[in-house]
Amino acid sequence: MALLSTRDIHKKYDETEVLKGIDLDIEQSEVVALIGASGSGKTTFLRCINLLEEYHQGRIELEGESIGYTSNGRRRKLGERQISAQRAKIGMVFQSFNLFPHMTAEANVMLGLTKVRGMSNAEAADRARHWLDRVGLADRRRHYPYQLSGGQQQRVAIARAVAMEPRLMLFDEVTSALDPELVAEVLAVMQDLARSGMTMVVVSHEMLFVRDVATRVVFMDGGLVAQSGTPDEVLHNPQTERLRSFLGRFHGIFGPV
Amino acid sequence: MELERGTFLYEAWTARWSLLEGLMVTISSSVMTIIIGTILGFALGLVLTYGMLPFRILARLYVDIMRGIPVLVLILFTYYGLAILKVGVKPFWAGVIALSLFCISHVAENVRGAVQSIPQGQHEAGMAIGMRFFQRLRYIILPQAVRRALPPWVNTALEIVKGTTLLSVIGVVELLLANQQAIARNYMILQFYMAATIIYIIINFSIAQAAAALERRYAYLRY
Repeated sequence: MALLSTRDIHKKYDETEVLKGIDLDIEQSEVVALIGASGSGKTTFLRCINLLEEYHQGRIELEGESIGYTSNGRRRKLGERQISAQRAKIGMVFQSFNLFPHMTAEANVMLGLTKVRGMSNAEAADRARHWLDRVGLADRRRHYPYQLSGGQQQRVAIARAVAMEPRLMLFDEVTSALDPELVAEVLAVMQDLARSGMTMVVVSHEMLFVRDVATRVVFMDGGLVAQSGTPDEVLHNPQTERLRSFLGRFHGIFGPV
Repeated sequence: MELERGTFLYEAWTARWSLLEGLMVTISSSVMTIIIGTILGFALGLVLTYGMLPFRILARLYVDIMRGIPVLVLILFTYYGLAILKVGVKPFWAGVIALSLFCISHVAENVRGAVQSIPQGQHEAGMAIGMRFFQRLRYIILPQAVRRALPPWVNTALEIVKGTTLLSVIGVVELLLANQQAIARNYMILQFYMAATIIYIIINFSIAQAAAALERRYAYLRY
């Protein structure tokens, strides 16, 4: 059974349908890259997975458990307690970091551990130290977000999400807001996570990262999955004109060989 | 040193107990109003932001009405209104109630503005680690919002201190009326009003300074 399976996901904003039926199965330890032009629905789809967006039709299951809505009978949204518990199993990292500005790096990581996981302060501090160490910020534990560079902030955000030991991590264009010279340090952390077997869904425009780290690339177009396969298949053998022209923007690095 | 009869200092010394009592009434009515107004206004501000629709409409109605009524009218209305309803309230308490009604509406609006100014991404980051609504409010949103609400809250507090002068119309002998009573005895109009003015400025300046110190203490929250 797939770790995450989505079936026929539809999402509308007023009259505009932005997701028109997404089917996707993701296995344990896969790194799935979602690529596509802006407006293709990749970020919206990602946000549906942990219910930051509601979807209007279809179902999402994490390890067989229906996410966000009742699985049998009438479609009904689950209660806040259940949804929160489900979200705790799915980590998410945002484009704009969204660190808590009134807390140190360490406190940012500890908050979910103590308040959601119910750990003691000592336990949570231990784990926060471990993860901040792992993302290379051992000496920045006591710093506030405004004292950190964008790349450092994003690494704290990754530590905050992974420390919860989620079953699945979602990355929403996490390097788009960074200065070019800070992108590499964040991607290195993500690559390290991927190697350790973390299951990841990554929305990214970093095509070299996608090529080197993703186990599968999904090209979305107009709210649908247009092509899906290994990085080689998708990046070097685009089957549609849309994908060819999308890849063409990356200065001829990709496209038909 | 012998004070000469007819000088301001002599007259002020003679009236010292009633002036001091007036000052205490000004301070106690201000402090009480600000405490009540802050606590209830804070709660109302949250209803205004997050309450279910019918409650939110009621809160909005309350705030708009209270901000629309002149404080003096509110004070007279509360004092005579309660009397007509056969609720026996001393002028002091009628005044505190009226000023509190006014204060609540202002604090509520301050809190709403501060809470809504916290970016949606903060909520989402809390959701993403599985925090429930009240946890997000308590640990993420309010600690940031309180700091943003502080400057407008100081404004409101100063308005309240100045607003206590209006309690004189329902016979509460606060600082202003105590001075007026002294003036009625010695006709030193300019001197006593000047003295009252300086005391009001000292009170308000102290509040503003205390708040500024608090703001500096939390300056690291700026981002």
